[in-house]
Amino acid sequence: MTQLKFVGQSPARIDGLDKITGAANFVDDLAFGPNLLHAEIVESPYAHALIVSIDTSAAEKVPGVVRVVTGKDFPYRFGLYMQDRFIFPTDRVRFVGEQVAAVVARDAKTAKRAAKLVKVFYKELELVLDLAQALRDDAVLVHPDLGNYTRCPWFFPQAGTNIAHWRKTRKGDIEQGFKQADVVFEDTYTVPRYAHCAIEPHVIVGLYDLAGRLTLWSASQSPYTQRHVFAQALAPLGLSHKDIRVVTPYIGGGFGGKAGVSMEIIGAALAVMVKGHPVKVRWSRAQEFYNTYQRQGVIARIKLGAKKDGTITAIEHTLHWDAGGYVEYGANVVNAVGLSATGPYRVPNVKIDSVCVYTNLPPGGPYRGFGYSEFHFGLESHMTRVAQKLGMDPVEFRKKNAIREGDMLAYGAKMNPSGLHEAIDRVAREIHWGTRKVSKDPNKAIGKGFACFWKAPAMPPNAASAAFIKFNEDGSLNVSASGMEIGQGYLTVMAQIAAEILTVPVHRIRIESPDTDRNAYEWQTVGSHVTWGCGNAVKAAALDVRDKMFAVVERALGIARDTLYLEDEKVKCRVRPDFELRFRDFVISGIQTAQGNFIGGPILGSGVFMPEFTSALSDPETSQGGHPNVHYTVGAAAAILEVDKQTGRMRVLKAVLAVDAGKAIHPDLVKGQVTGGLVQGLATVLYEDIRYDLKGKLLNANFTDYKIPTALDVPDEIVPIIIEVAQPDGPFGARGVGEHTMIPAAAMIANAVEDAVGLRIKRLPITAEKVALELRGIAYDDVKGSYMGLCFLGQADAYNFHTKSVARKR
Amino acid sequence: MKRTITLKLNNETRSLEIEPSDILLDVLRESLGVKSPKIGCERGDCGACTVLLDGKTVRSCLILAIEADGCDITTVEGLSVAQLTPLQQAFLEHGSFQCGFCAPGFLLSATELLEKNPHPSEAEIKEAIGGNLCRCTGYQPIINAIAAASRKTGRRA
Repeated sequence: MTQLKFVGQSPARIDGLDKITGAANFVDDLAFGPNLLHAEIVESPYAHALIVSIDTSAAEKVPGVVRVVTGKDFPYRFGLYMQDRFIFPTDRVRFVGEQVAAVVARDAKTAKRAAKLVKVFYKELELVLDLAQALRDDAVLVHPDLGNYTRCPWFFPQAGTNIAHWRKTRKGDIEQGFKQADVVFEDTYTVPRYAHCAIEPHVIVGLYDLAGRLTLWSASQSPYTQRHVFAQALAPLGLSHKDIRVVTPYIGGGFGGKAGVSMEIIGAALAVMVKGHPVKVRWSRAQEFYNTYQRQGVIARIKLGAKKDGTITAIEHTLHWDAGGYVEYGANVVNAVGLSATGPYRVPNVKIDSVCVYTNLPPGGPYRGFGYSEFHFGLESHMTRVAQKLGMDPVEFRKKNAIREGDMLAYGAKMNPSGLHEAIDRVAREIHWGTRKVSKDPNKAIGKGFACFWKAPAMPPNAASAAFIKFNEDGSLNVSASGMEIGQGYLTVMAQIAAEILTVPVHRIRIESPDTDRNAYEWQTVGSHVTWGCGNAVKAAALDVRDKMFAVVERALGIARDTLYLEDEKVKCRVRPDFELRFRDFVISGIQTAQGNFIGGPILGSGVFMPEFTSALSDPETSQGGHPNVHYTVGAAAAILEVDKQTGRMRVLKAVLAVDAGKAIHPDLVKGQVTGGLVQGLATVLYEDIRYDLKGKLLNANFTDYKIPTALDVPDEIVPIIIEVAQPDGPFGARGVGEHTMIPAAAMIANAVEDAVGLRIKRLPITAEKVALELRGIAYDDVKGSYMGLCFLGQADAYNFHTKSVARKR
Repeated sequence: MKRTITLKLNNETRSLEIEPSDILLDVLRESLGVKSPKIGCERGDCGACTVLLDGKTVRSCLILAIEADGCDITTVEGLSVAQLTPLQQAFLEHGSFQCGFCAPGFLLSATELLEKNPHPSEAEIKEAIGGNLCRCTGYQPIINAIAAASRKTGRRA
């Protein structure tokens, strides 16, 4: 491979100055003038009820109120993968806080006051809050019309039940696999819901101008996908894609919560109702918790069989997901897990059932990790426990079964190149696996925990990326694509890729946030795929630009293009060392010939990328036959944890995480993902503890009661390790790492808690409170009172995964 | 009833009419055009709206604009008009931000810390920024930048 000059370096982030001088504009910072209107939402106080009537007359009379909008105005369905939602529900509400109406007024205070005057009459329905109850034969249905919904072809809803999707994966002979095993062990693990907690709340400003053009300024990870969903939902009004423009400036964190379309549909709809006026919908922190997406809760049963030598013979993994009132995006999380719940291991016999269940809680959806964090908690806890039963070291057990390039995945395709073994070895070495640390304080115990991880982007098989590149007069570049700078450093990485091909330094490249009118297409910035997908498109565009430069030189000067190359912003020639042409001397104005005329003109290029080898079509009973995932990113992590045996308080003394980035285009950014992702993952196990009451109302929708980590809660030491086993179809070998760094955190801590104090906790989170109680022999479930964090009310061990309605349809 | 207040915002005297119930954060953003203090939680939990009021950090979402009458207010826009402060420079070098939404608040909390205590320990740094929430970075790059900026201002006495 030729020497890389820009890729593999860690230049200053090109969004850095914007962000540390206050120059960075987020949606809420944009000025829309005195004509800007403000919206306030009327929310359902019930988790499940019929809407009998809505009386808006009193609100409409308030001076300053411009319009009150209800479901009658927009009887249109929308949804990314399944159209199971109305913009405003017309007949029934399905979670507490769901939008029922909106008041648009001249100022926010008036809108708020008037919203209180909207009278909604409800007829309460029986709640579906418990998964066991949701799956009963005579269950109350959250979506009686489920069978009629438009959906993507890889979802399998079961009409007449609360099952929105059921992904089944079958490989080998599961019974035979367990017969071959010397040890078969099964247990149940539960993971509650979590909230994304991006510091910037969702906000959208819509303007439907007098000429009929709809422009949305949106805090979104998905400008093009939003435009597409808006166009579908508003098609009955005569709007189509060309009439809709989505502009997405800097975004203040997303983590999946700003993917797809959630509250943004309200902004689009309201704008259409107040033609000529920009209207802003900004979510409060509380709405941020209950009316965007939440990470779904799950209860999972794992049965794993292994031989005495540690070889895994079979895994049966059954997961029931509490997906909430709408699953238009969340069902795809369930789907992704149903294909990959073996974890990064070679398993000959597999049976996975990943079941997406409607409940009357807030809609579930994508959250950094897309279901993998959830199932890894159970699986990686279980791996350590099975190793113990085998009398084997848990790291050795993982290494023995760790997947390799070419191994057959659960759905029949082959595993991509992977540095999993190297990751395991390097983490074990860095954490001094096998040695024990002892606290000097007799009240404290220290333990170590280990976990592996993998994840593939969950993308439709035709998720595409595109890029344009143009030169400026001085030879600097503009790169235009539609990935989102969500904090990960996307802009800088794209600039590095263009720089590597075109030799223009990163600081002479401008790349801006998307505008669907002007920037090239990108499906969405999700799934940790933009470095790979969008990076491939930018690389292709840069190669296109290079080809065009060579063509102009050949045409104008008669130098054969295959002898040309680029160096230091000049075109040079292999056979004519004296020849060099500076970019700035021809990339706009062309090359002057001896006759005085000019050849060429502004150089611009384009590139596209689509994973043409993937397919979502497979046998619904086995998932065999397709190629649903492009590739997996793998890695391993470990922690040294100190536990205070009196208070249960835990401190992470050291955390190590190795991730196979394929090629780290910007190593410092990869390390930034490790530190940030690990802390976000640690939060889900040590601190964050969501609570609902038994009416389905979220009790801690704020940062006082839902505790995310502060600077005081970070590990004493974090060691990021970058592995580079190239991804053959990635730009310079790169693959994504953004979500992955969060995935192993929960299981790694659960394993460390057991190592330290002998407690095996199978239910997240593992808070100090829970550890302190369990150390006194008090089961947390017995004292938790009348609230819940998971859509399951009883004891997890008593949960019946084979309820009648599920069994009947097996 | 409207009142007129006068304050010094980033070294410039500004007078304006406000309602006594107006929140300082809203007045800064909507009436005075200073957008670096962000709206994150509107209840003092997240620190994204942090500004310096007479040199001390406050949550501008918890203060009425009328309380700032006659005060000196500094936002990030006022830190770096001539050139970046050593702290801003350190934030750049250490990649102490990702999405950047919380960065203004952190910069101001750290500015106050280094004014009062030019050579803080790591524990003092963590304490000083303990009221600012960041969901992206895991805090370590922010802590490192503050420590580096502190080292640049000379040896500990």
